[in-house]
Amino acid sequence: MRVALSWLAEHLDLPADVGTEQIDEAFVRMGLEVEEIRSTGADIRGSLVVGAVEDIEELTGFKKPIRYCRVRVGAEEVRGIVCGATNFAAGDLVPVALPGTVLPGGFEIAARKTYGHVSDGMICSAVELGIGADSAGILVLGPDVVVGTDARGVLGLDDTVVELAITPDRGYCLSVRGLARELAHGLGVAFRDPVAAIPLLPGGPAPYDVRVEDTTGCDRFVAAVVEGLDPSRPSPQWLVRRLATAGVRAISLTVDVTNYVMLELGQPLHAFDRDRVQGPIVVRRGAAGEQVRTLDGALRQVDPQDLLITDESGPIGLAAVMGGLSTEIVAGTSAVLLEAAHWDPVSVARTARRHRLVSEASKRFERGVDPELPAVAVARAAALLVEYGGGHPLPGVLDVDHCPAREPITLAAALPARIAGVDYPPEAVTGALTDIGCTVTGTAQLAVTPPSWRPDLVDPADVCEEVVRLTGYDAVPSVLPAAPAGRGLTGDQRRRRSVGRALAEAGYVEAPAYPFVDPAVYDAFGLELGDPRRAGHLLANPISEQEPAMRTTLLPGLLKTLARNLTRGQRDLALFELGLVFLPGAARPPQHLGVDRRPDPEQTAALLGSVPPQPWHVGVALSGQRRPAGWWGAGEAACWADAVEAARVVASTAGVELIVRAGSTPPWHPGRCAELLADRLVVGWAGELHPAVLTRLDLPRGVCAMELDLDALPPPAPAPAPAVSAFPPALLDVALVVPVEVPAAEVEAALRDGAGGLLESLQLFDVFTGAQLAPGRRSLAYALKLRAPDRTLTGEEATTARDAAVAEAARRTGATLRA
Amino acid sequence: MTEYSYDPKQVALLGQDSLEQAAAEAGAAFGRAADLDALAALKPVHLGERAPVSLARRELGALPPQARADAGKRVNSVRVQIQQAYDEALAALAAQRDERVLREETVDVTLPWDRRPRGARHPLTTITERISDVFVAMGYEIAEGPEMEADWLNFDALNIGPDHPARSLTDTFFVQPPESRLVLRTHTSPVQARTMLSRTPPIYVICPGRTYRTDELDATHTPVFGQVEGLVVDRGITMAHLRGTLDHFAREIVGAQARTRWRPSYFPFTEPSAEFDVWFPAHRDGPRWVEWGGCGMVNPRVLVACGIDPAEYTGFAFGMGLERTLQFRSAVSDMRDIVEGDVRFTRAFGMGL
Repeated sequence: MRVALSWLAEHLDLPADVGTEQIDEAFVRMGLEVEEIRSTGADIRGSLVVGAVEDIEELTGFKKPIRYCRVRVGAEEVRGIVCGATNFAAGDLVPVALPGTVLPGGFEIAARKTYGHVSDGMICSAVELGIGADSAGILVLGPDVVVGTDARGVLGLDDTVVELAITPDRGYCLSVRGLARELAHGLGVAFRDPVAAIPLLPGGPAPYDVRVEDTTGCDRFVAAVVEGLDPSRPSPQWLVRRLATAGVRAISLTVDVTNYVMLELGQPLHAFDRDRVQGPIVVRRGAAGEQVRTLDGALRQVDPQDLLITDESGPIGLAAVMGGLSTEIVAGTSAVLLEAAHWDPVSVARTARRHRLVSEASKRFERGVDPELPAVAVARAAALLVEYGGGHPLPGVLDVDHCPAREPITLAAALPARIAGVDYPPEAVTGALTDIGCTVTGTAQLAVTPPSWRPDLVDPADVCEEVVRLTGYDAVPSVLPAAPAGRGLTGDQRRRRSVGRALAEAGYVEAPAYPFVDPAVYDAFGLELGDPRRAGHLLANPISEQEPAMRTTLLPGLLKTLARNLTRGQRDLALFELGLVFLPGAARPPQHLGVDRRPDPEQTAALLGSVPPQPWHVGVALSGQRRPAGWWGAGEAACWADAVEAARVVASTAGVELIVRAGSTPPWHPGRCAELLADRLVVGWAGELHPAVLTRLDLPRGVCAMELDLDALPPPAPAPAPAVSAFPPALLDVALVVPVEVPAAEVEAALRDGAGGLLESLQLFDVFTGAQLAPGRRSLAYALKLRAPDRTLTGEEATTARDAAVAEAARRTGATLRA
Repeated sequence: MTEYSYDPKQVALLGQDSLEQAAAEAGAAFGRAADLDALAALKPVHLGERAPVSLARRELGALPPQARADAGKRVNSVRVQIQQAYDEALAALAAQRDERVLREETVDVTLPWDRRPRGARHPLTTITERISDVFVAMGYEIAEGPEMEADWLNFDALNIGPDHPARSLTDTFFVQPPESRLVLRTHTSPVQARTMLSRTPPIYVICPGRTYRTDELDATHTPVFGQVEGLVVDRGITMAHLRGTLDHFAREIVGAQARTRWRPSYFPFTEPSAEFDVWFPAHRDGPRWVEWGGCGMVNPRVLVACGIDPAEYTGFAFGMGLERTLQFRSAVSDMRDIVEGDVRFTRAFGMGL
């Protein structure tokens, strides 16, 4: 809400010397966020006066319309001014900057010759004066200003404009009345409620026939009629200016007055052209098939839940949201039916949402409008129409009032102290509550009746907040609570930290990606149609229509980040991500879960079961050189083995034994894909990506990747300490010839099992294929380190163990000792 | 042994002059040796079996017993003298040799050796861990939950009913189909609800994690962002405890001079509610208050929905954005740098704190 300080100042004792900083602080202290506060006109120096346009000469022969105007700027002073705007006529009053005046932006006005005439000043638009964004033309002033006088006051250029963000609980602050009240609290000065100064219209017979069918949706409906309005009478300049400051465009006196009263009091009003309303007004819910054309010109299908204002012709307004076109105020309107009502906030919110129509009215009704206001607002609007439009009200007011009486909130007087941790004296509590308009009775137990404009005050906690707010949040001391002894991080949390750190230590850069995926990537991956990775959840409202799916794998994100880095000239890349993936497999959610108590165990189980599984995955992607070239020699390209090693790093950090075997899963290269198993369960894959996939993704050949399900790794068992022998080892090498299709991992496992307990370690130090070997064979050379815990091994013992190892390898894999 | 008569000619080498000359010649020769090899070549000449001093020793037998003791002493003394000269020369030459070898082995220690590029952890990860550690040290536990969440937990349980204005204020990602009642969590608060549903007070937890809102990525917004929320539910918890906790937290994360300031605000799940700013003396544009997060006393309605008796327990909750914290703490001017995964950005943070 944007408002001029001068308007607020009418309702409180604003200290003369108060600065914008204090205003800002006062609002913030009361919980109103100040988005902008600034003095208007502070950057205008010199003479800005009201001028009267006496005659206009249209200059021709230029590319755009140019006018030479004679403008009276004083009793004896008429100046010639060249102007490019055309939205004014002879007789209009306009703001004129005389030569020597400096406008916002340091723009100095001088008499100068242009378009063949001397322009002796400038006729100004709102933009040029820094008071608005509407540059449609010159600011034409209302008729109630005096030629030659300083235009600053008329234009509100000696004022301060405050723009405030209003939280949804504080609907009453969408008004001068509410803001002035809060500013008065914040400054500690007296507040004068504008409502108190508005005489209600005298009672009498209803001036119009109205029937409210839905008194829950509409618990108050007030209507009055003003007749005999002079349709040619414009809104006064001060009113137009106040609307403009609030961002409301002036339309006609009647519409402007309803908007003005809404801004002033917070009560939205609607004005019908009485003579265009057909028959009695009925307030009801919509019926199937009904339509209404709203003031914005849109023809809207009415929902049976929408609240409507109708006449014999059907709906003439989407209640509390927007009026209808058929009964709107037009150029010749002279009889006005003024309506102000109180609507069910939930119903308004739903209607506004359903029709995607947020209006100044719906915004206020959703947040709660003072139900005492309708009669006051109608009286205020009628009075303004009478004063400025020359009309007269019909006797009597229609007032259908079904507002329930407000129940007091009961709470212990000590509750605010218990919540805030501040020892409030009893009078501070009652004082604060009385200040904001509550009625407070009782001593130990308080009965607090909130004022009609505070529908947000419902619970004792709401009352407590008001006490803390009014006495100042700064008064709350700082005390550190003592938590009970905790358990520290969980095993999973420690594991994720260690894995992340280990990968970073291994040279990988962490790159968390957005989890939004273009499902087309799975085609590029070459996934089969039934691949579970395709079954990602879809978002109803994705940021990008291209990426509506939630990831089931980290690879699309990692590869996208890889590609982004490649386009930025980073060629040697090793990335990792630790993050959630979103899998199918959730149950239907439980229906009708209340909030008045904890859901029962069955409901809780159903609730938690309705959330899909989202395990932690870890993935890496590599491209370019893993070990770069340098003065030491050539570099080494990242290869499938680096990706597999990344999985081993993860597994060993996680304290899990990882089995690696040949796999074949897209998007990996079918011959360079390792399947990763833990506890006999496939937990992921690693290797080089399929060249066709890389081509489709526009990535260079040779990109490698690994992904595994971290949550599928079993929790590590406590590690038993090994027996560390101090006796010397026996070192023996064996070279085995095996068929090439035998995986090295199987040979190694056989050697380990065959060697038995004396084997301390085993290292594959050479892999050889060549002419010396039979075709289809390769040689694997291992260094065995054998050691006993309690003695130095004899040569015989060592060779026996080695021979057993070789024999086992021969048995399982057909290995023979290399000659 | 036969007794010989004394033959002065035969024992000329035992003469004092001869011995002194041998010592002088040996000393001079050793001193002239250019390196260890030359010295080694000289050793047999002056200390070997045919060296004058050795030959002299052989002649001792020719002396009468009464003269032999004296001559023996003199021969030994000279031999020791020569051996010393040799040892000194050897030590000096060995030192020279060692020095030369070390000089020859000198390398350029400024040559690079980055044969394996360094990795790095994302600053959002490390700042989350840093925050977690501060709270774990106070006895808190780290609670976690799913990012795709039941709407009841994301909204209803937190006093944000279906028609609550706040429900349309937060720009929520909805999951298809609508009957799934799933959203991408708009805050980490559903973890608080899960915590309260799954255990009984006292509860001291923080919930770090990823959250989602439908903001386009630009210099100051991202649809995917990190939050840390704290929740305490215990007997006798007050706003003073909230302030004490935030003050401590701010000092640990922002610096010893940090302090916090509250502004009344509104959140459906807390009442009273406040937004809090932190005094940040090291801000790149000079010391100032920086908006940091929201906080308040847990709304009793939330306690009720989670089965905790608000007459017995009170609680506080607070939350702040991780990107925001990173932005002001590390002077990151563009949000995109945090989310795009450019390795140059992340490497600058290394392994973290």
